Amino acid sequence: MSLHVDVRFAPRDLDVTLDVATGEVVAVLGPNGAGKSTLLALLAGLLRPTSGQVVLDGTVLAAGPGTFLPPHRRGVGLLAQDALLFPHLDVVGNVAFGPRSAGASRAQARSRALDVLAEVGMAAFADRRPRQLSGGQAQRVAIARALAADPRLLLLDEPLAALDVGAAPEVRQVLRRVLGRGDRSAVLVTHEPLDALALADRAVVVEGGRVVEDGPVQQVLTAPRSRFAAQLAGLDLLPGTFTADGLRTPDGGLVTGLAGDGEGNGERVPGRPGVAVFSPSAVAVHVTDPGGSPRNSWVATVVDVSPRGEVVRVRARLDRLPGNDVLADVTVAAAAELDLAPGVTVHLAVKATAVRLHPTAGPPSDGERVPVR
Amino acid sequence: MTVRRGGAVEGSALPRWVLVPAAVGLLLFVLPLLGILSRVPWTQFVPLVTSDSSLAALELSLRTATASTVLCVLLGVPMALVLARGNVPGTRVLRSIVLLPLVLPPVVGGMALLWTLGRSGLLGPALSLVGIQVGFTTAAVVIAQTFVSLPFLVLSLEGALLTAGDRYESVAATLGARPGRVLVRITVPLVAPGLVSGAVLAFARALGEFGATLTFAGSLQGVTRTLPLEVYLLRETDPDAAAALSLLLVVVAVVVVVAVRGRRNVL
Repeated sequence: MSLHVDVRFAPRDLDVTLDVATGEVVAVLGPNGAGKSTLLALLAGLLRPTSGQVVLDGTVLAAGPGTFLPPHRRGVGLLAQDALLFPHLDVVGNVAFGPRSAGASRAQARSRALDVLAEVGMAAFADRRPRQLSGGQAQRVAIARALAADPRLLLLDEPLAALDVGAAPEVRQVLRRVLGRGDRSAVLVTHEPLDALALADRAVVVEGGRVVEDGPVQQVLTAPRSRFAAQLAGLDLLPGTFTADGLRTPDGGLVTGLAGDGEGNGERVPGRPGVAVFSPSAVAVHVTDPGGSPRNSWVATVVDVSPRGEVVRVRARLDRLPGNDVLADVTVAAAAELDLAPGVTVHLAVKATAVRLHPTAGPPSDGERVPVR
Repeated sequence: MTVRRGGAVEGSALPRWVLVPAAVGLLLFVLPLLGILSRVPWTQFVPLVTSDSSLAALELSLRTATASTVLCVLLGVPMALVLARGNVPGTRVLRSIVLLPLVLPPVVGGMALLWTLGRSGLLGPALSLVGIQVGFTTAAVVIAQTFVSLPFLVLSLEGALLTAGDRYESVAATLGARPGRVLVRITVPLVAPGLVSGAVLAFARALGEFGATLTFAGSLQGVTRTLPLEVYLLRETDPDAAAALSLLLVVVAVVVVVAVRGRRNVL
């Protein structure tokens, strides 16, 4: 095990447990203000945890408020959204800063810097000043600078978010190469599913300062257990409690569906929390009550209607499950025929065969804590 | 308001009447300069500013102002660092204390120093015991000048530190740099322009110091009589010399302003 994190940080109500294996890249996903950057600051040593501990390769980086290794003694590299290249040093001077700080001679540090610059394809820019670089070039130099210090753990805080559309792929490519070698653990904070898929082995979803989901990136994005992951994946998600027949939502309604991939019905223990996940394309929208089984159907109020290519995406707020919005994709013709507009009351229904029921841990409410694995 | 080179005002419209008090204010600065120029005996200028007493005052002024600027940097840089980065409780109180010499009448500052470090002052007897006499020495001039000019350096540098933020410093620390190395290699170079303009302002303030110097250090030729004191002394006995030396101080002030503005434009 490379990194073991079990920390609480009271000022931001953060309480996170996380393990990262050697060479593993973990993506931390979550809405704004969920505590992702706070988590990185705790790992980098820029914040002191209220309690709990951070252990990296057997070295205790922080334990409670008492034991605290300052950032410069942690061997934890940080790559931020902005490259933050030191403006008064040239490119090679920036990259050589880490080796120089570790005690390397001027010549050693320079040769190490040039090697790493070559790795990220920036060797030709060694003598440039940071302000002469484009955003993508600057971020590649920042990557080289972080790598040159030879960190045991690399923290990446939305490293592609500040780049323009043209520069992001080239930097993503470089990150993919340096992270893909499998010799360095990394924690990648992002809100971009594409980055998580391209760069990470595992994804962790943080909501309200808690880890609510943890699994392979692919699984988190296709079979989400948390509201945020469902939003990322573009799927609908309703929380509830398992019964013998399916999932009981807080309004007393029943959702029936299939077990999640690789899960037998045995895991659906009555009384345990779970989520129902379905695709917006599986949701049927009616203006009048279609009658029939009350299962898998809800009365809702349309809050937004937006065209998305071939279909129209309807966002509707469930009248009896406030706080739960369901997305439904209908054809353009149907949307016109139903005269869908914000404020209209609709009846939503979804076939049981289109619903996946996943067990979760913790209470079936917002900000639920679901260490799934 | 953005003023084009041609003088045209663009952006949000400014009521025209604002220009009148603004112009009056400007005249308040410009007319006295003309007043000095009108009194300078141009034919006598060089002999006047190179007389023994003038040269002594000029040399003393440059020496003491330089010494107090060095002191300001040595004391002010750590003070600004503590204010901007220290995370110490009571920063607001500290900042108010630093501001005090800026708003205090210099004469009062001089009296305060005299009552503290003077022979019969608070610490005077103790200092006398170890053989240190501060009052009415060149050292007193330097202390008085430092007293009044330190806030300029601290505030200027603190502003630069707050503007620069601590993100570069955080990155440097994660790259393995100890706090001392971060300070010398990252923080100081990043705020160098603010440090330079702060030092220049402090130097200018020290050069022009009058009230605190007169009360705390007195006016002994070659020992404590700096250029402003010399000008004041000459104003009745030799107005021509006073005017010539005044012009000299104006020239120094203009050079300082240009130097500071030049740095600002670099930023």
